[in-house]
Amino acid sequence: MQIGIPNEIYDGECRVATTPDVAQHLQKLGFTVAIEQGAGEAASFPDQTYRDAGVQIIEKAEDLWSSSDIIFKVRAPEDGEVSLLAPGKILVSFIWPAQNEKLMDALAATGATVLAMDSVPRISRAQKLDALSSMANIAGYRAVVEAAQHFGRFFTGQITAAGKVPPAKVLVIGAGVAGLAAIGAARSMGAIVRAFDTRPEVKEQVESMDADFLMLDFEDEEDGSGEGGYAKVMSEAFIEAEMALFREQAQEVDIIITTALIPGKPAPKLILADMVELMREGSVIVDLATEQGGNCELSEAGKVVVKHGVSLVGYTDLPSRLAAQSSQLYGTNLRHMLTDLSPEKDGTVNVNMEDEVIRGATVIKEGEVTWPPPAPKLSAAPTKEKKVEEQPQPAPVVPAAKRSVLGFLVPLLLAGGALAGVGAFAPSSFMEHFTVFVLACFVGYMVIWNVSPALHTPLMSVTNAISSIIIIGALMQISKEEPAIVWLAAVAILITAINIVGGFAVTHRMLEMFRKD
Amino acid sequence: MTDQIADAAYLGAIILFILALGGLSNQETARRGNFYGMLGMAIALIAAVAGIKGNYAVLVGTLSLGGVVGFVLARRVQMTQMPELVAILHSLVGLAAALVGYATYLDPDGQHYQGAEKTIHDIEIYLGILIGAVTFSGSVIAFGKLSGKIGGKPLMLPARHWLNLGLLIVTIVVGISFVEQSAEGGGLSPLVIMTVIALIFGVHMVMAIGGADMPVVVSMLNSYSGWAAAATGFMLKNDLLIVVGALVGSSGAILSYIMCRAMNRKFLSVIAGGFGSSGGAAAKSSEGEQGEAVAITSEETAELMREAKEVMIIPGYGMAVAQAQHTVNEMTKVLRAKGVNVRFGIHPVAGRMPGHMNVLLAEAKVPYDIVFEMDEINEDFPDVDVSVVIGANDIVNPSALDEPDSPIAGMPVLECWRGRHTIVLKRSMATGYAGVENPLFFKENTQMLFGDAQESLDGVLKALGS
Repeated sequence: MQIGIPNEIYDGECRVATTPDVAQHLQKLGFTVAIEQGAGEAASFPDQTYRDAGVQIIEKAEDLWSSSDIIFKVRAPEDGEVSLLAPGKILVSFIWPAQNEKLMDALAATGATVLAMDSVPRISRAQKLDALSSMANIAGYRAVVEAAQHFGRFFTGQITAAGKVPPAKVLVIGAGVAGLAAIGAARSMGAIVRAFDTRPEVKEQVESMDADFLMLDFEDEEDGSGEGGYAKVMSEAFIEAEMALFREQAQEVDIIITTALIPGKPAPKLILADMVELMREGSVIVDLATEQGGNCELSEAGKVVVKHGVSLVGYTDLPSRLAAQSSQLYGTNLRHMLTDLSPEKDGTVNVNMEDEVIRGATVIKEGEVTWPPPAPKLSAAPTKEKKVEEQPQPAPVVPAAKRSVLGFLVPLLLAGGALAGVGAFAPSSFMEHFTVFVLACFVGYMVIWNVSPALHTPLMSVTNAISSIIIIGALMQISKEEPAIVWLAAVAILITAINIVGGFAVTHRMLEMFRKD
Repeated sequence: MTDQIADAAYLGAIILFILALGGLSNQETARRGNFYGMLGMAIALIAAVAGIKGNYAVLVGTLSLGGVVGFVLARRVQMTQMPELVAILHSLVGLAAALVGYATYLDPDGQHYQGAEKTIHDIEIYLGILIGAVTFSGSVIAFGKLSGKIGGKPLMLPARHWLNLGLLIVTIVVGISFVEQSAEGGGLSPLVIMTVIALIFGVHMVMAIGGADMPVVVSMLNSYSGWAAAATGFMLKNDLLIVVGALVGSSGAILSYIMCRAMNRKFLSVIAGGFGSSGGAAAKSSEGEQGEAVAITSEETAELMREAKEVMIIPGYGMAVAQAQHTVNEMTKVLRAKGVNVRFGIHPVAGRMPGHMNVLLAEAKVPYDIVFEMDEINEDFPDVDVSVVIGANDIVNPSALDEPDSPIAGMPVLECWRGRHTIVLKRSMATGYAGVENPLFFKENTQMLFGDAQESLDGVLKALGS
């Protein structure tokens, strides 16, 4: 089957669905790959690099669409593209079925199968094809770069001959994938980073990135985690407390990056006009939610505006602004999707509706709308499981019950009885040796517990050598008259000599190897 | 030389032996400890040889031949073969104990014992030969298993517990008849019968034990060789042998105990053998969908390590098999030069004998102060960026803690999954010897680096250098 990658026709879109690198992997799965002329140009992948990777270059979009069985795209198809689809063809791209009802109807009418990369269920197994996370990661990183671009000062604090520079203070609202990426980027540039999120379980993640997690002074324990690890709408009282916090922070920080989104709802308004006013001249707000209406009242989608001396960055195409990187990651997500679709690696595709991941992503199956999918069996981070993780169950070892006095006395009495028995019958010469034996066992017990576990192997080889002290017994018999005894003793001396020399020598060799740095 | 001087010499040797074992409490004093041991042995030998009244040619011949053989063995042995060497040396101790027992029995000087003394003397001879023979045959089988000459799978005879019990009863009955016959000057035939039974028992016992229970077996045989020496000491009325035997016996017993505790298993159930033959399947089926293991390349591994601050290396038997310890050391050196804090976490039962991994790492010149025991570093995993598991499986299995039904439930394990990343070097997805699925491989922050450990690490090393 042939995979076709058309040029992205959306205005300003620089990404491409497959890079030459990914194309090579696709061919390993048994597919042929074709690309529209110049499709990778904007992402810095000229046609020649594709040709070198064994990809066919097709001049006209129409020819590409008609000759390919599978179409990989980034943006949802536009009207002119939808008409190029036909029954039996498979389209894989971002679709946003909830927001694009019209498009869904048009796509269903073509009779093609459509897989939406934005509808991949959020389960562990599907992480490698989670394009939303890949893109969010890039957007978060790029948001910091944009903020730096419009911010007139350093991020990092410095003490120079010309004076002291304080570090910039960055507030990240929403610690999802994009938020965490922004925290990481801002931290590595040297800024002081704070983060806020309605889901308390992300606190740990934020702190692991070396940022401060802002806690809300709020009485009721309200947990903002919704299904699938996303956030949900909060109560009014909560929002009030939240606003107070942001108002206070606005006076302190230099840069605010907002990434708050609630699935299927307009973005929550978190930074109001009066908060922007409170911010210092030259501050920057990067609003990653402008496409869904924006987290900031004053930001404008797709533009940078300056209001009250604050630069408001509202770009909606941050991933496209890092086109080479996003194309690489998105292409890899698509490749993983195709690997799942083609388990035999024979260049054919099986849209297996039994597979949870494929079921979730498939929004139209042969002209029939299959969206929304049934609720996923597993959610990415169910809170309950999380709690279990945090407080690991104690190992299911039955704790040693406190021994009762009786349990303590019985062995003692038994041992005492045994000793008394030995003492009653054994002759005195035996008792002398027996005393030595028991005491030596105790000495051995004390000494051996002190041996470092790292030296257990040398311990075994040295005890081996020492236990060959049996040679004394053989030596006592070597000069007897009887030939049988002499022979037995001779063999015993031979083998214990092997053991003594071998044991000590190998111990020495091992101990020589242990060295300190 | 009078007997008193010889006894004084023996006392000196005893003290030196205790100092030798005490010296092993840490690496700095260990070499001096070994020297004490040699000195003690030399003093004891000189004292014993001074008491000899003839047959010097045989003595010198056997002593020097044995010495040369032992020395050559010690020089030649590979560090990965240490468990085999230790096992075969144990068998020699056992054999010597049995031989000395027979010689003592044949010695007409022993006939002057009367009454209870005679009975005790006979029991001592009987026990000395018994323990010696079991140690001998058991160690030979252990050697065969460790060197791969005999398959590692436990041999499960039907009704093996009854067989063992039967052998024990026969041994006691034969023992009683030996004491009776010996009182009248005979008894050789019960002695020979018992020896044969003891040899069979030793073979059967070790055959029934699986490959990875070998640390317990090796230390148990170590203990037996000590008890054999102690029994010989009673037989010959020699305190030096009794003390040394008791020291070695308790040393081996403690090692066995430590190994059993590290696997959360009862000593008896290890000896009863046959672990991993049941229970594993049930645990597997209750798992349901396991998820998917994510593979990683050597280059990506190198990339992860280079960016890490804390790296923990967890070696297992697979490292010994692949002889990868030298590459591990090279890798450690490169990483440390880059400022990465590399440490090693050693599980007590990693490898085929106690302390096996430490010796291998020492051989590869990994400094011992970055090699830690499980208890020392298990708390540190949350701060570890990359854990590298080399050829280990059960000792990093989270189901030991999470699943009460698991056959290895309750066994202490290295909790590497609590770190940021875990990379598992493995040949395939096969289970460990316990036959238990390892959920670690399917965790989100675990990646699998498939292939021979040596080749994979060579790749990592190359990628690190570039």
